[in-house]
Amino acid sequence: MNEFQERKVKLKWHEPKKTYDVIIIGGGGHGLATAYFLATRHNITNVAVIERKYIGGGNSGRNTTIIRADYGIPEAMKFYGRSVDLYYELEKETDRWLMFKPKGMLRLMHSEANLTSSIKRAHVNSEWGHQTDILSAPEVARMVPELDMSGGGKYPVIGGFLHHEGATARHDRVNWALAEGANRLGAHIHQRTEVQDLIMSEDGSKVKGVRTNKGDMYADQVLCAVGGHVTKVTSMAGLRMPIRTHPLQAFVTNHYERNFDPIVASLTLHFYVSQTARGEMLMGAHVDRQPAYNYRAGYDFLQHCAHHAMTMLPFMRKLRVLRQWTGLCDMSPDASPILGLTPVDGFHISTGWGTWGFKAIPASGESLAATIATGQQAELIQPFGLDRFAKDRTMGDLGSTGTH
Amino acid sequence: MSMQITCPFCGDRPLQEFAYGEVYDIPESITDPDERNLDRAFFYNNVEGVQREAWFHSYGCRRWIYIQRDTIDDRIVKHE
Repeated sequence: MNEFQERKVKLKWHEPKKTYDVIIIGGGGHGLATAYFLATRHNITNVAVIERKYIGGGNSGRNTTIIRADYGIPEAMKFYGRSVDLYYELEKETDRWLMFKPKGMLRLMHSEANLTSSIKRAHVNSEWGHQTDILSAPEVARMVPELDMSGGGKYPVIGGFLHHEGATARHDRVNWALAEGANRLGAHIHQRTEVQDLIMSEDGSKVKGVRTNKGDMYADQVLCAVGGHVTKVTSMAGLRMPIRTHPLQAFVTNHYERNFDPIVASLTLHFYVSQTARGEMLMGAHVDRQPAYNYRAGYDFLQHCAHHAMTMLPFMRKLRVLRQWTGLCDMSPDASPILGLTPVDGFHISTGWGTWGFKAIPASGESLAATIATGQQAELIQPFGLDRFAKDRTMGDLGSTGTH
Repeated sequence: MSMQITCPFCGDRPLQEFAYGEVYDIPESITDPDERNLDRAFFYNNVEGVQREAWFHSYGCRRWIYIQRDTIDDRIVKHE
């Protein structure tokens, strides 16, 4: 595996223009995917993607790259199911190798409560065309021989929940493939360009452009696909957001010499682990308790998560921690994203991605591109609008996030 | 060393002993009572900078304490 192949990304850089049709704030997966689908599906190529640092350098480069659709409510099933379908075709679609690998997602059950919630979820998944099966304990043991089925004597495994379509892909490659695709068709990408303010109409009902450190740019449609500092950007448009930003930590160990195929998560112990293409074991768990904007990685998370991982997978005792890092998660109150139109004319949002953003990149890009092109909230994301809170139609699905 | 909160009853204790609590600060500009209820239920200031917040000492004296914390570098600025 030659990581340097990844540097051969072909992007063209442009001077900022005065006017665009669409400006996308945030050059992460969601912003780039929207630019990609605007160009490929709607023939809108006069688009600028504005990124404060470098593309894919925020949460798109800090996540744990898991792709799955084992959600618990029909609206989310439709949305994430579409996303998984698009991911399975994304290598062919973008003509780039994304290191996409179907693995299966195995959730371990330790209690009767886990079992009941899993059976319910498996029914919802299978009903919506994304097969999920309940496995017995011996089947789980055969699938992952490394597991300590007694859970260190404290968390015995009574069964498993296997989501067959669970997969992983290389996050940087996904970002770059989408960026290249959009860029090739004419979309501009401006790195190291920070949005300082939004240019609004006089009465504040309409967005007209953005003020950046590289000058003003005007557009009738502006998408805020910012991760972390979303409240700051939306407040420039006079909007309040149901978002709290929490840091989320993850870490990888050194190389484990054997193939470890499924993504393993525990429903009680709140950790999940998968093997990267380099053989490193990649682990994540839950967000930090207090909202914050710092990228500090702490020992107590490492201790807590590693302890849980070693309880279930004793072989990990022999591994060493290589890297630990932190990303900023925009947590919505109902653990579902907030997408599409806002009360401000021409201002669209893509936020509330919390700990479940990477798997949704293609579906969110596709739906937001359709929303921007037509001016109507796309069907798939209709339940996920900002107006759902006032309507008391929240999409509560915390149990599906895996990390909370 | 991990982050510590000075509890007025127990002294310096690690953050892991506490549970985070929001202090609602609904902007004065929202005047309609229904709108204020909605804001209280779902919307957050999500401050980048110093904010006032409550912490519950769950593994200690089990009392609420108030602090001011800078969310940019996650540092406690003031114990109240």
